[in-house]
Amino acid sequence: MKPRHKKLSIIIAGVAALGVASVLVLNAFQSNLVFFFSPSQVAAKEAPIGKSFRIGGLVEAGSVKREDSSTTVRFAVTDTAKTIPVVYTGILPDLFREGKGVVAQGKISADGIFMADEVLAKHDENYMPPEAAEALEQAGKAQKASLAQ
Amino acid sequence: MAINWFKYSSPASFYSLAGKMIPVFVFVALILLAAGLYVGFFVAPTDFQQGEAYRIIFIHVPAAWMSMFLYVVMAFWAGIGLAFNTRLSSMLATAIAPTGAMFTFIALWTGALWGKPMWGTWWVWDARLTSELILFFLYIGFMSLQAAIDDPRRADKAGAIIALVGVVNIPIIYFSVQWWNTLHQGASVSVNQAPAMASTMLTGMLIMVFASWMYSIAVILKRTRIIILERESHTVWVAELQKKGAM
Repeated sequence: MKPRHKKLSIIIAGVAALGVASVLVLNAFQSNLVFFFSPSQVAAKEAPIGKSFRIGGLVEAGSVKREDSSTTVRFAVTDTAKTIPVVYTGILPDLFREGKGVVAQGKISADGIFMADEVLAKHDENYMPPEAAEALEQAGKAQKASLAQ
Repeated sequence: MAINWFKYSSPASFYSLAGKMIPVFVFVALILLAAGLYVGFFVAPTDFQQGEAYRIIFIHVPAAWMSMFLYVVMAFWAGIGLAFNTRLSSMLATAIAPTGAMFTFIALWTGALWGKPMWGTWWVWDARLTSELILFFLYIGFMSLQAAIDDPRRADKAGAIIALVGVVNIPIIYFSVQWWNTLHQGASVSVNQAPAMASTMLTGMLIMVFASWMYSIAVILKRTRIIILERESHTVWVAELQKKGAM
């Protein structure tokens, strides 16, 4: 083995060892790297109790209720398995919509309501013109209707 | 016809070859940039949920891709320089760093400008955003370490170690949106899936990616030429260039 080949193999081995080490470290820290918990995780008591944390999921369709005299909003966050009711006072982001993704930060109260002090919208990775989105929706409805028959 | 590729690994012949290639890359970059911006702003349709604001994607995604890609290229050349003691490879790595850092900064900055209206926040410490910020610090660390060491050969070696160690961060950035719950959405364009974008949007974005490539090549070649002149200033061929006034 030439000296420079030896050097190269030492470098490759070093990078490989480092990669393995980081995978192990990241694996160990996995729970701390979670940006938000899903409603199912909250229901399974995986989320910290009494401390501020984030929940993420979809805004349940038909669940958004605004109070008339204030900016308080009530809605439910769902991952289609479990649903958590959320109360938030403040301005919602533009992309906050029923059926779309949301991440809320706050604490869960004793009666199981999530008291949010920050609500962020999480959009998906799809980009298309409005006409295409409409056509997709129509196709989805037609499929549902044919399944129901 | 056999081409002696090693000829171009000598700084002197690389210097003149790069000088001839730079105008070509600048020209192609300008044309692609104009075409990409035109498609992005005038041809691509409005998005169904984000309206016109999504158009920042034509800057954001090419910048983010370049930031990761250039890091891998930089680490590759730094590693080759470290292993085989080839001067030109290390010079290339040094020349790539500022452009990579610039694209990382653009990705972070446009991401913040995009995040505020869409997500409702400039910044969150989710895995994608945090790992991209770490990439920025890696570039800065590489450049400042090299700047802090006077002997260029020792600076090359020290920088190469940072660059190689930091490669670990690249798959973390890329897969962060799959591995962890993040506020940042998943990839719209990936190798093993049909792109989740309307085709004109995708076309505009890819043209901008190629424009960024051409721009990066031009700037990196230019910077490499300057580094060659600085480091080879004691040699005969640089002295001759100076005499001819061809610099």
